[in-house]
Amino acid sequence: MLIFELSRPGRRSAAQAPLQVGVASELPDRQLRRKSPRLPEVSELDVVRHYTRLSQRNYSIDTHFYPLGSCTMKYNPRACNAAALLPQFTGRHPAAPDDTGQGFLACLFELQEMLKSVTGMAQVSLAPMAGAQGEFAGVAMIRAYHDSRGDTQRREILVPDAAHGTNPASAVMCGYLVREIATDADGNVELAALKAAVGPRTAGLMLTNPSTLGVFETSILEIGRIVHEAGGLLYYDGANLNAILGMVKPDDMGFDVIHINLHKTFSTPHGGGGPGAGPVGVNATLAPFLPLPLVAGSDGEYRLLAEADRPLSIGRLGAHLGNAGVLLRAFVYMRMLGAEGMRRVAEFSTLNANYLMEELRRAGFEVAFPRRRASHEFILTLWHLKDETGVTAMDVAKRLLDKGFHAPTAYFPLLVPECLLIEPTETESKQTLDDFVTAMKEILREARENPTLVKSAPHATPVRRLDEVKAARELNLAWKPR
Amino acid sequence: MLAAIGVDSIEALFDEIPRELRGGTLAGVPAALSEMEIARLMHGRAERDGHWLNFIGAGAYEHHIPAAVWQIATRGEFYSAYTPYQAEASQGTLQLLYEYQTMIASLTGLEVSNASLYDGASALAEAVLMAVRCHKSARRVLVPASVHPVWRRVVRTLVRNQGIEVVEVPYNAASGHTDLDALARYAGRDHAALVIPQPNFFGVLEPVDELTDWAHAAGALAIAAVNPIALALLRPPGEWGGGGADIAVGDGQPLGVPLASGGPYCGFMACRRDWVRQMPGRIVGATVDAEGRPGYTLTLQAREQHIRRAKATSNICTNQGLMVAAVTIHLALLGPEGLARVARACHANTLKLVSALTAIGGVTRAFGGALFHEAVLRLPVPVAPVLRALEGQGLLGGLDLRQDFPELGHALLVCATETKTDADLAGYAGHLARILGKRSRPAASAHRPRT
Repeated sequence: MLIFELSRPGRRSAAQAPLQVGVASELPDRQLRRKSPRLPEVSELDVVRHYTRLSQRNYSIDTHFYPLGSCTMKYNPRACNAAALLPQFTGRHPAAPDDTGQGFLACLFELQEMLKSVTGMAQVSLAPMAGAQGEFAGVAMIRAYHDSRGDTQRREILVPDAAHGTNPASAVMCGYLVREIATDADGNVELAALKAAVGPRTAGLMLTNPSTLGVFETSILEIGRIVHEAGGLLYYDGANLNAILGMVKPDDMGFDVIHINLHKTFSTPHGGGGPGAGPVGVNATLAPFLPLPLVAGSDGEYRLLAEADRPLSIGRLGAHLGNAGVLLRAFVYMRMLGAEGMRRVAEFSTLNANYLMEELRRAGFEVAFPRRRASHEFILTLWHLKDETGVTAMDVAKRLLDKGFHAPTAYFPLLVPECLLIEPTETESKQTLDDFVTAMKEILREARENPTLVKSAPHATPVRRLDEVKAARELNLAWKPR
Repeated sequence: MLAAIGVDSIEALFDEIPRELRGGTLAGVPAALSEMEIARLMHGRAERDGHWLNFIGAGAYEHHIPAAVWQIATRGEFYSAYTPYQAEASQGTLQLLYEYQTMIASLTGLEVSNASLYDGASALAEAVLMAVRCHKSARRVLVPASVHPVWRRVVRTLVRNQGIEVVEVPYNAASGHTDLDALARYAGRDHAALVIPQPNFFGVLEPVDELTDWAHAAGALAIAAVNPIALALLRPPGEWGGGGADIAVGDGQPLGVPLASGGPYCGFMACRRDWVRQMPGRIVGATVDAEGRPGYTLTLQAREQHIRRAKATSNICTNQGLMVAAVTIHLALLGPEGLARVARACHANTLKLVSALTAIGGVTRAFGGALFHEAVLRLPVPVAPVLRALEGQGLLGGLDLRQDFPELGHALLVCATETKTDADLAGYAGHLARILGKRSRPAASAHRPRT
């Protein structure tokens, strides 16, 4: 049932709108809307009940284990939310003068400082509103840097073939051509392919480390040297920072510019697809190009830096200063962790991933990179199982939903056939991991004994497998009354 | 667990990482705080910022948000869910997005909506990129100077590297809307799109029919940049001119999202069905499941970065999902009548405020064009010290336009939404009259928030 189908003419949730409305108007008649927008006419109870019921048709971290590789679905502590929703913070207008928001700006300034410390970068901007916007900002800074030196023939960005799709898409938005670099059998960047690709047209290399294959790029220093010697810059996609938090700093690995996903590493909620935040950090050379605004602080006084302070900035990415409420949540999370807690994040997320990998291997699953340690995530490849039973990675993912688990990431990275990318995160207990292993064992048995059961999963979810072809062919993107 | 893995310490799990990369200190990260301690710290900082009586608009608007909106939106099942790639495990979020798309399509009078972009400014930049893709040949876009100045800067930042030229069209100094005579000078040149704000940054209504028809006659797409509250009363972009606007964007913040120092908000985007394959961002479609029951799923994903990579319509991945939940619940609570009442209250309150303030000697309205819920006022003296003096009274009096529009003189942009009472409006007028009356003396400097 859609909210529109609950609608009854004239029904209202009267207390929500102003009771007294002035009659003065200077809106010209020809500009006036003649037909009301199609919004539902319902009571407050209708609304509350409808959306509460809808929420119950979701899996979420609060209700299910969510081992979604590359997404870092860790628990979101409630204290972060409570602090960000204090009325003085939610009520503050973005154009209010800096002197009316010193408490808020202090949090942002200290967040910048903490992010500098954990990444080793010289300066940080909190402006990007998601990881992909951070990537855009990072690559735009690479371009601004080369342009500022008159080095305008660098027109290519290199990305490993295992990279997130956002990497090539962000490079294109910055006007670059994208060249893919192959991966070797152990999940490392193929150094020979990299050496062959770099040259005077190379603007930079975008890299995730640990990579999207769930392994640490052991030749990272060599990779950095190859790219830098060719005159290019090294970009760090911080999607997997969780695995090395407090252990290894991107700056020490040789990266010039990075973005961090606060909604992954620093536990701000995913909200059904956002909002996130993708702060960028840079070394001192790139600092003048950082996106605006930045928070400056001295002697306990804070202010936002603007174009006049930073004439070389790549500019602004949004109307205000980024996803401020997300930044506050990350600030609270980091303060509650402290330095020790951050190292614990890396340790326990790595421990959980390696334990789960080992237990699943023991249960009969095939690990994609068997000679490697897992980082905070790892890949299973099910192509043997598919050969034997016809059951695919997607089928296993869907069957997990029946067993009360959210599915792992399926079919990413694209270069591993029939893959499941599994990331348990540090906030799950051994008991939950063991329950997951039990479920996976059951599915393996079902695949051999009754493959149809697995291939037709899920059976226990609010809906069964959906007809995606119909959705794309017979586009129905908005409700219309019959 | 270590025994199961076959190692004797957690440390051993990091043995593939080169030694020389290990072990930097975290000098900039203070020791851990308990929940009680961080709560005390945050309460202290929040209290320092205080509460203010706010008359600033300029793209972010203070509205009443019904209590139910965030109580439902922050339910763990919405708050802590991921992007709904696993449709069977995400029907709640997916159906909500489908309802949202229906509401936005109807508000804008267009056929399809996506599931959100970051904010209004970046949505406008995406609309410009989309228009260039739709147009196929032109890489020049007309953006009136009456569009929010920061939004114009954001557009430049986001489109510049793709060789797209942004051309600024001047506004008419008397009316405050886009100058149709000046626009005529751009006819005959190849433009991909004309951006049409409604209402514009000055709060003034644009001649949207003439502008839309002009764009279409010039072979350009018409991009509407609209305030969603205003659309309760004003003709929707899909009905502008003879053919309707092609794309509409705006910021969803006024629909249930708190001001919160600027974010997170959400950008909305709707378009004509012909252009849907060029639209950026996630889109939800209705379909059926294996048993023929209705269900919802992400669709047209071949436009997106996780499938199309370098050839995607945009790099956007994470959007503003939770804000969309709030917007949808907010619109459902208000309904068509509630939204119209909010819009009428904002309009009437702003007219009241303008008439009270212009009754003060030397204060005038800068533009003759009809306004919606904001107005540019001219003061007889520089704006900055006046605003500081108002701050001393616990009041944020508006936005000083000196930096972005120096040609307007001592210009102040003010806004009074439905949240302001007659006493608030009279209070502002009283304070302003006193400040301007004794302006020979130095302005009060005590910055004390109301608590």
